[in-house]
Amino acid sequence: MNAGRDAFRHWRLDPDPGGILWLSLDRADSSSNTLSVDVLAELGRVLAQVVRLRPRGLVLRSAKPDGFSPGADIGEFARLAGAAEALAHCQLGQALFTALAQLPMPTVAMIHGPCLGGGLELALACRRRVASDAPGTRLGLPEVRLGIHPGFGGSVRLTDLLGPAPALDLMLSGRQLSARAALRMGLVDAVVPERQLARAAAALLGPEARPRRTLAQRAHRLLGHWPARPILAGWLRRRVARSVDPVHYPAPFALVALLAAGRSGGGTADRFLAEARSVAQLGTGSTARSLVRVFQLQERLKGLALDRHGAPAPRCVHVAGAGALGGVFAAWCALQGRLVTVQDPDPERLASLLARAGELFRRQLKDPREVRAAMDRLLPDPDGAGAGRADLVLEAIGEDLEAKRTLYRALEPRLRPEAVLASATATLPLERLADGLARPERFLGLRIFQPVAGTRLVEVAAWSGTGRDAADRAAAFVGAIRRLPLPVRAGPGGLVHRVLVPYLMEALLLVGEGVAPAEIDRAAEAFGMPVGPVLLADSMGLDTCLALARGLGPACGIPAILEALVAAGHLGRASGQGCYRFQAGRPVRPRLPAPRPGGGLEQRLLLRMLNAAVACLRTRVVADEDLLDAGLVFGAGFAPFRGGPMGHIRQEGPGRQEQLLAALADQHGPRFTPDPGWGAL
Amino acid sequence: MAAAGGAGPGRPVYFVDGCRTPFLKARGMPGPFRAADLAVAAGRALLARQPFPPELLDEVVLGCIMPGPDEANLARIVAMRLGCGPRVPAWTVQRNCGSGLQALHSAAQAIACGRSELVLAGGTEAMSRAPLLLGDELVELLAELARARSLGTRLRVLARLRPRHLVPVSSLQRGLRDPICGLGMGQTAEGLASSFGISRVRMDAFAVESHRRLAEAEDLGHLEERVPLFGPDGARYDRDEGLRRDTDLAGLARLRPAFEPPHGVITAGNSAQISDGAACLLMASGAAVRRHGLPVLGRMEACHWAGLEPERMGLGPVHAMAPILARRGLGSADVDAWEINEAFAVQVLACLDAWQSPEYARAHLGLDAPFQAIDPGRLNVDGGGLALGHPVGCSGARIVLHLLQVLRRRRARLGMAALCIGGGQGGAMLVHGAEGLDPEEPGGADGAGGADGADGADGADGADGVDGGAGRDRGAR
Repeated sequence: MNAGRDAFRHWRLDPDPGGILWLSLDRADSSSNTLSVDVLAELGRVLAQVVRLRPRGLVLRSAKPDGFSPGADIGEFARLAGAAEALAHCQLGQALFTALAQLPMPTVAMIHGPCLGGGLELALACRRRVASDAPGTRLGLPEVRLGIHPGFGGSVRLTDLLGPAPALDLMLSGRQLSARAALRMGLVDAVVPERQLARAAAALLGPEARPRRTLAQRAHRLLGHWPARPILAGWLRRRVARSVDPVHYPAPFALVALLAAGRSGGGTADRFLAEARSVAQLGTGSTARSLVRVFQLQERLKGLALDRHGAPAPRCVHVAGAGALGGVFAAWCALQGRLVTVQDPDPERLASLLARAGELFRRQLKDPREVRAAMDRLLPDPDGAGAGRADLVLEAIGEDLEAKRTLYRALEPRLRPEAVLASATATLPLERLADGLARPERFLGLRIFQPVAGTRLVEVAAWSGTGRDAADRAAAFVGAIRRLPLPVRAGPGGLVHRVLVPYLMEALLLVGEGVAPAEIDRAAEAFGMPVGPVLLADSMGLDTCLALARGLGPACGIPAILEALVAAGHLGRASGQGCYRFQAGRPVRPRLPAPRPGGGLEQRLLLRMLNAAVACLRTRVVADEDLLDAGLVFGAGFAPFRGGPMGHIRQEGPGRQEQLLAALADQHGPRFTPDPGWGAL
Repeated sequence: MAAAGGAGPGRPVYFVDGCRTPFLKARGMPGPFRAADLAVAAGRALLARQPFPPELLDEVVLGCIMPGPDEANLARIVAMRLGCGPRVPAWTVQRNCGSGLQALHSAAQAIACGRSELVLAGGTEAMSRAPLLLGDELVELLAELARARSLGTRLRVLARLRPRHLVPVSSLQRGLRDPICGLGMGQTAEGLASSFGISRVRMDAFAVESHRRLAEAEDLGHLEERVPLFGPDGARYDRDEGLRRDTDLAGLARLRPAFEPPHGVITAGNSAQISDGAACLLMASGAAVRRHGLPVLGRMEACHWAGLEPERMGLGPVHAMAPILARRGLGSADVDAWEINEAFAVQVLACLDAWQSPEYARAHLGLDAPFQAIDPGRLNVDGGGLALGHPVGCSGARIVLHLLQVLRRRRARLGMAALCIGGGQGGAMLVHGAEGLDPEEPGGADGAGGADGADGADGADGADGVDGGAGRDRGAR
């Protein structure tokens, strides 16, 4: 049989003598198989050809070494004009995947690497799935993170395959499964080493390869039938409502609604239609627009990390200072495969760092051999011997100008010529730190945020003397440890702190005025901040907040209560008492009365932040609005569904925000005076 | 030294740097680190301060007597964990207590003959983790049980199980008993005590002095080659746990004989402690020293291995040291520092007695005249195995490393390290300290005397694999 090898641009059909047809997805002009409209459109013709060829079985695989398919083309999705267009797009995908599912011969999807979103929906349209056991194999439906849910029939097929509870869990969390976890859940039928993938796929085509389900898997499928289904939907809706707000994040509620509406047995076509309509509606809403923009910002930051010189990513890292910031950063670097030496004069601190690192590794890696390898990469180095081989040296000792300079004097002569020297300082001016360096052009700031393992942003702060080469290397390094580099111009506080600290100060002023901390935090959380400002200040340490605020200058306005608390030794979570009292590291939050109407709290908190953001843009701390939003979303958790501070300003209208500020300035004083930058928006 | 500095056999071999872990006392249960963990801890601290990446090593050679069940060819595991990459070959050597020294010698041979430029060598032992074994009878029973097909047969096999079958066999105890003469190592020490007439008081006094010297070295910061160990649980070990500062004669006199009660004289107090530890050294050719700008800690001059009756294994050092000095025409006074591993106090004392005994020299060493007595002020100046512990596969590397540190501290030139080896052997290595060495000179010749062509005669001596250029100008013994 002649398959017409060159007939398709993105797909390839290879028949073999055993009567199996191998269908390879190989998107042209791209290194990964994102499912563009082009790719989908061609699938229709491919399937028609398959029907003509009448093979014994069909195996669908990816010809890309990097994985099966990462899903739909986000850029394309973002360009869809309206709900009607989005609906048509979903229905096209659904029709094609249904055609694949209804092929008369057995079909198997052969999965390696990422198989996500639309890619997994494609695999779900095959009758059976086999996955490689390599650690790179990830299966999941992360659409909810973009404010939507699967729209190519995936929500229907997954629910029918696994039962509603595991399916909803997968779609609501957006989490990605390893091959083993997918096998346990019943999402794939077999997991084999990559070298056995093709043979395992062929075997799954045979008549004897009947699916074997565990008892738990059968029970889950039973729950998909009436009357269990509506009860389950009600329970899920209450559970989802506990963690997210339906106005901010409608997608999870839409998923639960689909489950509740679906009737087992007939009406599959109705369920597909409901899915497509739901995605079309969500996809054109503001949440999805904002989340897609945040996703694209993330891709942009990742792009900044690509080393423009093509030099290999730094392999050896030397961290001076095993304190909270330096120690956790060192452990993270070791987790990400770097060879790390940690210098600290206090061996106790080194020992406790290793204990914390061990916990992190065991949690993240699980496999004892990998944990051991990570431990082997993290070397306590009391004498700082590792500085001489490091590609990047990060100084993260206490905020003491002279101590830092003394350390640089000791370190610099031993550094390799191409090594980058970075300071994690949050408050000291880089110019003064650089003073006295023999080669100041390789010195810059790398600002890490707590918690290091949870916050993905690292500010790469170049001062006037930083060479382009050092800045590029530092950005490449940040990318190599799977963090997002944000280039900022040096200056007090960088970007994140400069925007965040005025907001924290406003919160503390409110505390000083007698507002309950929990009430303030509730207002900020209702807006969409992950943690309220008072609790955040307590967690960062009130002494740190005070130092940061002092570094930003008098305009910031330091609340008297902050100085009083710090003077009394109430430093926040670390000391057990700040604005909150902490018990076993957790804040004691009293029960609150119903929120006061008017929302004055939210406005005061938010506008301080927005005003600071506009000031940063005007003084070009970052190059543009997108980078500013990226910084605050990834560095401070600014409500992503609002698209960051500038995204929020654009949605609400800059003029109105400026007016509100002016009104607040009349009422509360000049700290609310609108920044001159508003005029330019 | 015709080939000095060239690529042919006999290139000089340099010690660049070295690290060891603290020695952890075995406490009757598995210690916190496996043998490979210990070697990795020492090796990575050592490699972190080198100007070249671990991939540039040509070889990793480690001594270890009892690697754990998951540590087959332990050296390769260590090399991979040190980040040497897949291309650096590694092998593990076993010559009982001489394993660590054998590793250094093997590394030196590879460098001397031009096969290697940079080698990581050393030894490691986690004696506390010596496996417990099943007795032969139990193993046979289990094999029969596995073969049994029917329930009846299985029950019949199980019925033959007796409580005594369940008593595990200590591989450590087995390892410390000589399989030829049937004596435990402690019993061979009892034999030396009686044949050399060495009193318990003399032994105990030697042990007290070992503790005193180690304590002093600790206080003066003379154990600089030691790097702290960190456990994955945040535990930190930075001291040698064997040291007992309150050791005195009266206390030692109260201890019961450990091996041949009730009349024996060898006690836990005058025997080396059972402990866990590792030591790693970086060894290099002159070319590698120059290429990477490495510091030089010393140069290897000669190594010799000797055999004797297993019952007298404690005298091994005498048999191994004598030919090295005799061949070079050196005397005791020419050696500035000695490290004779302290397996048992009596064993070191017997060596010192035999060393200066005319009868022993004639009867056992084939020498007309004995050597001069070894100055106690030059022997084990910072204590030894009695105080520190004797992780068997590691000790050979430790004594050479520490000897080099002593030579550097004293700005001295020649040092001798030797140990006795279970099974009836002795190993000895003569080293030259950094003082007076000029590694910039291709031959690495001794600055004082210059290269000595006559030393080439050593090349004919098979045992003396690597002979550098120590001068014969140092005078007769």
